[in-house]
Amino acid sequence: MVFFQSDNIITSLGFSTSENYTALISGDVGIKPINDPNFYPEPFPASLVNTNKLAEKFAEINRSGSFTRLEKMLILSIQDALIQANIDIKSERTAIILSTTKGNIDLLEPEKQNQFEKERVQLWQLGKVIRNYFNNPNQTIVLSNACISGVLALNIAATLISSSRYDHIVVTGGDIVSGFVVSGFMSFMSLSPKPCKPFDKKRDGLSLGEGAGTIVLSKDPLKAGSIAYIGGGSANDANHISGPSRTGEGSYLAVKKAMKEANVSAEEIDYISAHGTATDYNDEMESLAINRCGLTDVPVNSFKGNWGHTLGAAGLVETAVMLHEMQENTLIKSAGFNELGVSKPLNVITKNQSAELNTCLKMASGFGGSNAALIAKKIK
Amino acid sequence: MEELIEQLKVQIIEQLNLEDIEPDDIDPEDPLFGNGLGLDSIDALELIVLLEKEYGIKIENPKDGQKIFFSLKSMAEFITENQKN
Amino acid sequence: MQARIKTYCHIKDNKVYLNGQLHFESEGTLSIKDFLKAVYKHLNLKYTKFYKMDEISKLGFLASEVVLEHANNERFDESGIGVVLSNSQSTLVTDKVHQVSINDSANYYPSPSVFVYTLPNIMIGEISIKHKFRGENAFYIFEHFNTEFISDYINSLFTDQKINACLGGWVDQSAENYEAFVYWTEIDGKTENAPEHTEEQIKRLYEIILK
Repeated sequence: MVFFQSDNIITSLGFSTSENYTALISGDVGIKPINDPNFYPEPFPASLVNTNKLAEKFAEINRSGSFTRLEKMLILSIQDALIQANIDIKSERTAIILSTTKGNIDLLEPEKQNQFEKERVQLWQLGKVIRNYFNNPNQTIVLSNACISGVLALNIAATLISSSRYDHIVVTGGDIVSGFVVSGFMSFMSLSPKPCKPFDKKRDGLSLGEGAGTIVLSKDPLKAGSIAYIGGGSANDANHISGPSRTGEGSYLAVKKAMKEANVSAEEIDYISAHGTATDYNDEMESLAINRCGLTDVPVNSFKGNWGHTLGAAGLVETAVMLHEMQENTLIKSAGFNELGVSKPLNVITKNQSAELNTCLKMASGFGGSNAALIAKKIK
Repeated sequence: MEELIEQLKVQIIEQLNLEDIEPDDIDPEDPLFGNGLGLDSIDALELIVLLEKEYGIKIENPKDGQKIFFSLKSMAEFITENQKN
Repeated sequence: MQARIKTYCHIKDNKVYLNGQLHFESEGTLSIKDFLKAVYKHLNLKYTKFYKMDEISKLGFLASEVVLEHANNERFDESGIGVVLSNSQSTLVTDKVHQVSINDSANYYPSPSVFVYTLPNIMIGEISIKHKFRGENAFYIFEHFNTEFISDYINSLFTDQKINACLGGWVDQSAENYEAFVYWTEIDGKTENAPEHTEEQIKRLYEIILK
């Protein structure tokens, strides 16, 4: 069996899972207006990690060496997750999987080009920096699969542990808000002028966010009553490289595959942490997929209304919150949601509430027609 | 208008990488989308960039594109009406 | 239950190889763009979406086309066909094109059709769209082709019965160079003579075509 041992979340809402969890319970929104021509010529809203606090926190742990913004976030995130876990990061039986869409892409900016060696923009080099920092003996497995990278990385880690390739895997992921990414999403006209409103009738696009997340998976539980990873799947829409499927086909297949591997029925699923980007097409597509899986009545939310779409971190930070909702038996209100605006009924969580959470589903979808899902379960 | 339409044909073929299509293959009255050109949602966004880059016209709402980019003719008419002198 | 490599394709240095044999060669040395167009014409593909792709997606797409022409993939349920690819440069060549489009505030025109290709798994999307593959996907980045990991991972997917067949390989492009090695692997009792899907065999086949 594969167990979730520990986790960390770094976003605009805090530097640990507990800080972020408390902020989410309070309904905090970290998406703020940004007016910085380095990102975009006009103001836009985004969720940014506090730069001063990042420097402060990093100074506490770093002895030497210079690191990029993303590297600092990832190192801090891994460090915090390792403190809570019971694994040896220096063991050959421990691997690191890094989930990112664009890594140190800001190093392509003209004014940053000479700050680091030119390989530093390469994703494998980012993997090497992380591995060297923690003295892990294995080559970092870098996964770059658009917005499903985080969930897919957890699926891959579980596959590698259950096939006994490794005993423990540190799954980490992150992306920063950069001029590169903001301009790209702007050219897609997919950014909302306000903090995004997943599944809402008035939703009008997504909000970008930055962050890092880490989840330690292991063949050993940390303690009795741990949460286990019990199934996952990924599937391609085979329809369009940027537009989600109009039938939810890939997302539906990914969830079905996860349910099959987990051997759970629709009735057993207590909660869904959706991708919920708040674009017209994504949320509509997810509502179709959820409906087709027979999960219409299951409570569902998205955290993108709180901290935006954190790209390569999204699947990790959102799964980490899901695990804590399970531990606390608490469902968190879906930020930005007032009135359902998708064609199929959904049970969107409108206020924090207690609920027995035993078996929960995480969904993700992204560019390239990619979809992934995983299921976690409390082991009694 | 004729001249603008001819210019748009060349620009669209170039911008949308329609390598196997010649300017004469595109009828100004034919729908740009949903026919033999095989254009999709990314092409619609790319046409919005083209309008801004080549003609200085900004479209704020992508949904406006449906009408403007119906055909080469409608696109040329829109440019003529909105171009600043 | 051993997966075997049924067919494979290399593309590099203006040449296309099928199962280690020269399949197509351009006349003279062409730019990557012109060479890939020549391959497209040679394969007689009528697929206008090809021209919309960036060069690295074209490279992966064409290598897959050559492989799939001989893979007999119709026998498999599409939701059980995986695509697992890797490279070292991610999409850095296209990333730089997008970065240049935003460097000058007086000439600031980011292009959606460039930006969408700044994700390496878009190549997987293009292959999946053409062939309706709906199985497991993953795009990995390693400094060098990590045959040990790719074989381990794909074999684990077979063991867990998440796939019945898979496209695997390495598709890389830098400013100076390009190379693709894409193979089709499946579990099928009738192909005992095909190489086993192991680290050693993947490495051997990848290295069959050297400079």
